[in-house]
Amino acid sequence: MSTNVARVLVCLEEVGAEYEVVNIDFQAKEHKSAEHLARNPFGQIPAFQDGDVVLFESRAISKYIIRKYKSAGEAADLLREGDLREAAMVDVWTEVEAHQYNPALSPVVYECLIYPAMRGVPTNQKVVDESLEKLRKVLDVYEARLSKHTYLAGDSVSFADLNHFPFTFYFMATPHASLFDSYPHVKAWWERLVARPSMKKLGATMAAAAAGIKQA
Amino acid sequence: MAVKLYGWSRSPFVSRALLCLEEAGVDYELVPMNKEAGDHRRPDHIARNPFGQVPVLEDGDLTVFESRAIGKHVLRKYKPELLGAGSLEDTAMVEMWLEVEAHQHHPAAGAIAHECIAAPALLGRMPNQAIIDENVEKLKKVLEVYETRLSKCRYLAGDFLSLADLSHFTVMHYFMATEYAALVEAHPHVKAWWEELAARPAAKKVAGFLTIGSGVTTEK
Repeated sequence: MSTNVARVLVCLEEVGAEYEVVNIDFQAKEHKSAEHLARNPFGQIPAFQDGDVVLFESRAISKYIIRKYKSAGEAADLLREGDLREAAMVDVWTEVEAHQYNPALSPVVYECLIYPAMRGVPTNQKVVDESLEKLRKVLDVYEARLSKHTYLAGDSVSFADLNHFPFTFYFMATPHASLFDSYPHVKAWWERLVARPSMKKLGATMAAAAAGIKQA
Repeated sequence: MAVKLYGWSRSPFVSRALLCLEEAGVDYELVPMNKEAGDHRRPDHIARNPFGQVPVLEDGDLTVFESRAIGKHVLRKYKPELLGAGSLEDTAMVEMWLEVEAHQHHPAAGAIAHECIAAPALLGRMPNQAIIDENVEKLKKVLEVYETRLSKCRYLAGDFLSLADLSHFTVMHYFMATEYAALVEAHPHVKAWWEELAARPAAKKVAGFLTIGSGVTTEK
């Protein structure tokens, strides 16, 4: 399952929305069809439709969903928009995921899992080693942060934390998962996240999808 | 309480934040930092931004880093209409086109500007033509999407100016100084949108900070 699709699904699950997943057939290049380009002119997934509202870009979709359902009781305050300081912290750590964490971690996922499964190419160990070096430096920062706060943006879970789920989930299926053992607060944070019902449910779907790809 | 922005203003990231401060009419102080002297790696700066990067905003006792997060904070506090506030759909459009700026536009246009301008001026090396060519191909596709969008709406998020538009300004300013500006000029609606953005008083002021490759230094 696409990590960016999973990003949105986590948020839909967290707010308890009813939703339907419509599969896009990559092999058949359905993402480049006129019908899909009308939803996402960049020909990417996910795209999202809620009545007349059509959106693309997974983080934008996710925020729309969270804002729409923000009165949904405990699911609520994942963006903290009622408080300037807390909202800023959510934005900061959401940007950090996009521009520091993901660029360091995702190449390991691509090289160890995705490229071998989808393209039948061997792992480029040089890329993996360089990425792990960068990731260690990022995790040093996360360790310090999570030693002071239970979650990245403060003491309750937020959109910033949820964003880390999809790629980190796959990272834990690579041979390098044990890297997190050197960062006890990061590891504990990760374990708190994956214990959430939304992530247990999606994790099961993602693992099944990954197993399906390997056999294909 | 004072609003302070730390960084070197020639950086398109620092100036992205400066543009938001200017548009919002905030009274702020720019605290210049010296990249060559490694100011960003010193403990006092690491305490503000553990990733050792610029810009960093201090708003009273709140510290914010990452340029788009700074932009959002400034506008949320001082000019929320530039975030589409008050409308779920408008907000979503702003977020969406800001993501497009960050993930489609910036990597391609930024790489071209970096190779053409920053590499010779700051890194003392020739542009890497292979990198330029690869990113020109990507940017062409991105600009086709922008042309279609801007044929329907005056601004990216709709008929109102937003952070989605403003976030493009600093990288585009540098990009438009390269020979590849022709890629933008080939699209009449993108060109018109760009010219309108660049004509804004705040943009003109910030353009004066974007001195890489111009032979002028505003700070050392």
